[in-house]
Amino acid sequence: MKSLLMATAAATLLASAAMAEVKVGMITTLSGGGAGLGIDVRDGFMLAVKQSGRDDIEVVIEDDQRKPDIAVQLADKMIQSEKVDVLTGIIWSNLAMAVVPSVTAQGKFYLSPNAGPSALAGKGCHPNYFNVAWQNDNLHEAAGAYANTADFGKSFILAPNYPAGKDALTGYKRFFEGDISGEIYTQLGQTDYAAEIAQIRASDADSVFFFLPGGMGISFLKQYADSGVDLPVVGPAFSFDQGILQAVGDAALGVVNTSQWNKDIDNATNAAFVASFEAEYGRLPSLYASQGFDTANLLISAIGAADISDADAFREALRAANFDSTRGAFAFGPNHHPVQTIYAREVVKEGDVFTNKLLGTALENHSDAYAADCKM
Amino acid sequence: MTTLLIIEQVLNGLQFGVMLFLMAAGLTLIFGVMGLINLAHGSLYMVGAFAAAWVAGATGSFLLALGAALAAAAVAGVLVEMLVIRRLYRAAHLDQVLATFALILIFSEGTRWVFGSFPLFLDIPDALSGPVSLPGGIQYPLYRLTLIGIGLVVALFLWWLTARTRIGIQIRAGENDREMIAALGVDISKLYTLVFALGAALAGLAGALVGAIQSVQVGMGEPVLILAFVVIVIGGIGSIRGAFIGAILVGLTDTLGGIFLPELFKLFMEPGAATQTGSALASMSVYILMSAVLIWRPTGLFGARA
Repeated sequence: MKSLLMATAAATLLASAAMAEVKVGMITTLSGGGAGLGIDVRDGFMLAVKQSGRDDIEVVIEDDQRKPDIAVQLADKMIQSEKVDVLTGIIWSNLAMAVVPSVTAQGKFYLSPNAGPSALAGKGCHPNYFNVAWQNDNLHEAAGAYANTADFGKSFILAPNYPAGKDALTGYKRFFEGDISGEIYTQLGQTDYAAEIAQIRASDADSVFFFLPGGMGISFLKQYADSGVDLPVVGPAFSFDQGILQAVGDAALGVVNTSQWNKDIDNATNAAFVASFEAEYGRLPSLYASQGFDTANLLISAIGAADISDADAFREALRAANFDSTRGAFAFGPNHHPVQTIYAREVVKEGDVFTNKLLGTALENHSDAYAADCKM
Repeated sequence: MTTLLIIEQVLNGLQFGVMLFLMAAGLTLIFGVMGLINLAHGSLYMVGAFAAAWVAGATGSFLLALGAALAAAAVAGVLVEMLVIRRLYRAAHLDQVLATFALILIFSEGTRWVFGSFPLFLDIPDALSGPVSLPGGIQYPLYRLTLIGIGLVVALFLWWLTARTRIGIQIRAGENDREMIAALGVDISKLYTLVFALGAALAGLAGALVGAIQSVQVGMGEPVLILAFVVIVIGGIGSIRGAFIGAILVGLTDTLGGIFLPELFKLFMEPGAATQTGSALASMSVYILMSAVLIWRPTGLFGARA
C-alpha cells in the first residue's frame, strides 16, 4: 500500500513536471527611437511560439526604453517576483552588458536575440548565456572580407562610441587587408554627419565602411547621398534592414551590406517564416525578426528535449541547437555563439518596396575571434 | 587639415547652430514670457517632422509639407497650451516638468499609434538636392546652405517681431512684469497662447527641415531638446538674441570639437586611443562651454535674471 502511494505520488510529480510552464522574460526596446528593432524581435519570437502550438510557454514582455538602468530593474523584477526561467530580448550591447552577467550569475538562462558584445563571448562567457544572433564583430568581419574581394585599398571607417561600435571597427579591421585612411567614433544617437562626411571628402579613401544602426544609419545615408561624395559604401545589415530601408529610400540603392540572414535564403523554414510573418503582421520581416524567430525555436526545441528544472540537461538541449533555423544549418561554437555563414547582400527595389537580395557568401562557417578566450 | 576642410566644417557648425536656434527661440520665449519649463518642446519638433513626412508622401510637395509642419505644430501647441499648460502657470517648476514630461510620453506613444514604430521617409526636394561649388572650390550641399539661409531669415523675423511690433512690446513687457501688463488691459491669456503657438511652429519648422536629412522617427526631438536647453542657458533665459548667439556657439563647438579634439590628442597619443578619448571629450565640450559661460556670467550671456 505504502509503495503504491509512493508510486502515485511520484507519477503525479512527473506529470506536473511535464505540465510545468516555462516562463520567459523578454526585455526589449518597444518605445523611443530604437523601438522598431525590439518590435521585430518580439514579433518574430511570438510568431514562433504561436506556431509551436504549445500552451506551456508564458512570455512576459517589458519595454526597457533603451535605458540600461531600466533594463536592470526589469531583470530583477522578472527574476524575483515573476520567477521567470529564461530571459531574452535585449537589443543593445550596453544594456546586455548591464543585465546578462547578473542574470546568469543567478542561475537563469539568457538567450540573446541580438546583442553579442565581445566581453560576453570571450573571458566573460557563461554556460547559461547563449547568443542566437551573432557575436558583434561577425557582420563587420564579413564586411571586411567583402571589401577585400571588391578590391578596396583604403577605407574610411566610422561607428558610434559604445561597446558595439568598438567591436564593429575592430571586426572590420581584423579582416580588411587594405589601409585605414581615417577612423571616427561618432556619438551614440548622433543625427548629423556633415562633419564626418566632410572628413571623408577630404581624405584619400577609396571606400567607406560604417556601422550606424537604426535612425543613425538613415541620417548618414541620406546626408551622404546628398553630399556628392561617391565612394562605394559597405556596412553591416543594421543600416539596411527591412524596417528602415523605406525611410532611406533611393540613397540606399545598390549598397552592399553583410548579413547572416536574408529573406531569399533558400530553405523551407525560411520560406515559411517569411510568408507567415508577412501574413501575420502585414510587413516583410527584418533580420531582427528572423533572430527573434530563431531564438524562440531554439528555446522550444530545448523545452521539448529537457525539463527546465534540470538546468544541466536543459543547457545540453540548448547547446545541441536541434531546431530548424531560418538560416539553414545552425550550430553553436564552444562559447555558445553561432558558427554560421555570413552573406553579402545588395539593396534593390522590388516594385515599390526597398529590400535586399543575396549577392554571395562573404564568410563561410564563421565563428568569432573570442571563442579561444572562453573557459567554461 | 586644409583650410577648405575647416571652412566646410564651420559651415556645418553654422547650419547646426541655426537649426538649434529655431528650437531654442521657442523654448526661450515660452520660458521667458510664461516662466514655464516646457520639456514637450521636442515633441512639437517631432510633430512637425511627421506632419511634413506624411504630407510630402501624400502630395509629393516639399513646400506643402513645410506648411503642414508649421500648421500641425502650431495647432498641437495651441491645444497643449489650452488643455494642459494653462493650468500650470502658477504651479512650481517641478510640477511643470512632471506634466510636460508626461506630454512627451503621450506624444511619442500617440505618434507611434498613428504612424507605427518604423521611421518615415522624407527627402530633400529635387531642386535643392546635391552639392554646389562655393568660391574656393568647396563642394557643399545646397540644402544645408538653404537651411542656414532660412535660419537667418527666421532670426531676423523674430528680431523684427520682438523689437519693432506691438506684439513684441507686449511679449517683452510680459517677461518683465506680467501683472502690470494684465492691468494695462492686455489679454494675457491670449498672448500666452500666441507665444506658445509661435514657439511650437518654430519647433515644427525645424523638425520638418531637419527631418529631410535625418531620420523621421519617434523620440527624434529629445536629443535636440537637451541641446536647446543648453543654448538658452548659455544665451540667457528669455533673450532671443541670446538664443541666437548661444545656438551658433553650441553648433560650432559641437561640430568643430568633434573634429579637432581627436586631431589634438593624436599629437601625443596613438591614433586609436586618441580617436576614442577625443570623441568622448568632444561630446562633453558643449557642457564644458556651458559651465564656463555660467561661471563667467551666471545669468547667461544676455540674460536679465538667473
